[in-house]
Amino acid sequence: MKIIVLAKHAPDPQSEVGIASDGKSLSLGTAVFDINDWDRYAVEEAIRIKEKIGGEVLVVGVGKNCDDTLRKCLAMGADRAIKIPFDGGIDAYQIAEVIAEAIKNEKFDMIFAGLMSQDVNNALVGVLLAGMLNLPFATAVTAIDIKDKTVRIKREIEGGYQEESELPMPCLLTIQSGINEPRYVSVMGIKKAKTKEMKEVKLEPKSKKVEVVKMYLPPVKKAEMITGDPDQVASKVIAILKERGLVG
Amino acid sequence: MKVFAIAEHRFGELNPLSIELLNLANKLGESNAVVIGKDVSKFAEELAKFAEKVWKIEDASLENYTPDLYVDVLLQLINREKPDVVLVGNTAQGVEFAPYLAVKLGYPIVTDVVAVNTANGFVVSRYVMQGKIMVDLKVSTPCVLTIRQGAFKEGAQKSGKVLDAGIKPSKPSARKFIGYVQPEVGEVDISKAEIIVAVGRGIEDAANIPLAEELAQALGGVVAGSRPVIDSGWLPKDRQVGISGKIVKPKLYLALGISGAFQHVMGMKDSELIIAVNKDPEAPIFGVAHYGIVGNIFDVVPTLLDKLKAKK
Ligand SMILES: Cc1cc2nc3c(=O)[nH]c(=O)nc-3n(C[C@H](O)[C@H](O)[C@H](O)COP(=O)(O)OP(=O)(O)OC[C@H]3O[C@@H](n4cnc5c(N)ncnc54)[C@H](O)[C@@H]3O)c2cc1C
Ligand SMILES: Nc1ncnc2c1ncn2[C@@H]1O[C@H](COP(=O)(O)O)[C@@H](O)[C@H]1O
Repeated sequence: MKIIVLAKHAPDPQSEVGIASDGKSLSLGTAVFDINDWDRYAVEEAIRIKEKIGGEVLVVGVGKNCDDTLRKCLAMGADRAIKIPFDGGIDAYQIAEVIAEAIKNEKFDMIFAGLMSQDVNNALVGVLLAGMLNLPFATAVTAIDIKDKTVRIKREIEGGYQEESELPMPCLLTIQSGINEPRYVSVMGIKKAKTKEMKEVKLEPKSKKVEVVKMYLPPVKKAEMITGDPDQVASKVIAILKERGLVG
Repeated sequence: MKVFAIAEHRFGELNPLSIELLNLANKLGESNAVVIGKDVSKFAEELAKFAEKVWKIEDASLENYTPDLYVDVLLQLINREKPDVVLVGNTAQGVEFAPYLAVKLGYPIVTDVVAVNTANGFVVSRYVMQGKIMVDLKVSTPCVLTIRQGAFKEGAQKSGKVLDAGIKPSKPSARKFIGYVQPEVGEVDISKAEIIVAVGRGIEDAANIPLAEELAQALGGVVAGSRPVIDSGWLPKDRQVGISGKIVKPKLYLALGISGAFQHVMGMKDSELIIAVNKDPEAPIFGVAHYGIVGNIFDVVPTLLDKLKAKK
């Protein structure tokens, strides 16, 4: 079984992020970067399948500075990595296009992507790639069961329901968080993984599908803020609850 | 501008987001609804109240949604009718097939759109960074957009005509639909609770869950969580609030260390009283909360607990 996994080196939206002075891009100076949360689950799932039935896991990352994430995937147990040193931004077509080109000579049974990236939140690259490669696909996958050349999956829909389907291989799946418990990798483990192959493939996309006009802070209806030291805050909260009959 | 809105239905019910797509379609130009399934007359009649035209695509093989058959029939209709904009709901179903459709059409696609402005070219707005930042994107038409629920609630009434598109799938689906799996049921039904103490990733560790439980107990409520808390196994799945968990409307929703991502907010925004504690003053949760506290939950909660206990 050969599985290709897409893994993005992405900033944590909960770290300090802002808008750059051009008003069209993110300012990520002090942001914390790591493997995109959804991709962590995708890599783990691929490695578990390999550990169970054998095969190879190839990770692909797009970005000039994605080495740390690719090395982390190798340390988790992936066999080799392809790095495409292109900074794509928000245009998912461009990312999917360079990935399609980079893997065109790879034979594979499945491609896993994360459901979405934690920074741009497009939820696009996986399915766009499936379209470009004419692959059967499923998104938001929460369970995978392989039988010969077919794969039985569960995918998440609204309200806690799941949908069960069967796909032929090769196919592409986008993985939803919570499908497994990703393993922890130590700094030592990451260092050791340095001996594994990481190939750089220089590619530029041909198309441009969307253009950023501007970025700005969303207009928010602000809550009434309760201020003071913890003691004052707690007293005010209790007063609010009392007023509504929520505490005696 | 000719606009197509692809309706969605499941378990015999039309998704109300389908009407919101038509609200936007009517704002942009000529509204066309498209409804796909085995027998969709009932849905077509409903959609006709908000659309100028409703296209029905019916076939026994379309009884249950599969992305490849949806794309197959939509390609046939779109290539024939040539709409300028194709609107799809940003749902588990819509955001699955829409990108594939866009690739096959060669159209640009933007997901999770909350606003469309045509004053200066075709410009759409969406959030990035889990709700913290907004971006306006210029897109060429024809294009495909997936639309966030709740963004286009108002719109015009119409009395359109229902047309049979006369389209059938050209091949069987590669992806075989097997069935639906019911949500798990646990011991506590958070959707019935009057007081909820909800914890997010800010609770940091399973070892801190008892702190939230103690607070819930002191208030006579139950503990619930955001998705990462459930994914990490700190709380069971039936305690998840949000689009892929439960919708709750308690008298009090206390959000501790929850950023306020849309998928979470959709599950709790109608709570009677929302109080949020978050150390980030820019957290989107303060956009839905009635009261906000910028602070550390590990300072705020123990103090609150002490005071609640002292009262007893
Ligand atoms: C298809 C799909 C379905 C989804 N369904 C759901 C769903 O049903 N429910 C759901 O919740 N999410 C869902 N999500 C995930 C959602 O997008 C967010 O990732 C998730 O809600 C974030 O959870 P969080 O707020 O707990 O974590 P984060 O976004 O990481 O936020 C943590 C917050 O805690 C604050 N914080 C950290 N430490 C402290 C402290 N000591 N004191 C105070 N504040 C602190 C931080 O400032 C931050 O704002 C879904 C996503 C997708 C794509
Ligand atoms: N720059 C990238 N490098 C590698 N994989 C990516 C990249 N961008 C997106 N992906 C993959 O596509 C998924 C969806 O991303 P997005 O469409 O950006 O939300 C991610 O979870 C990754 O698996």
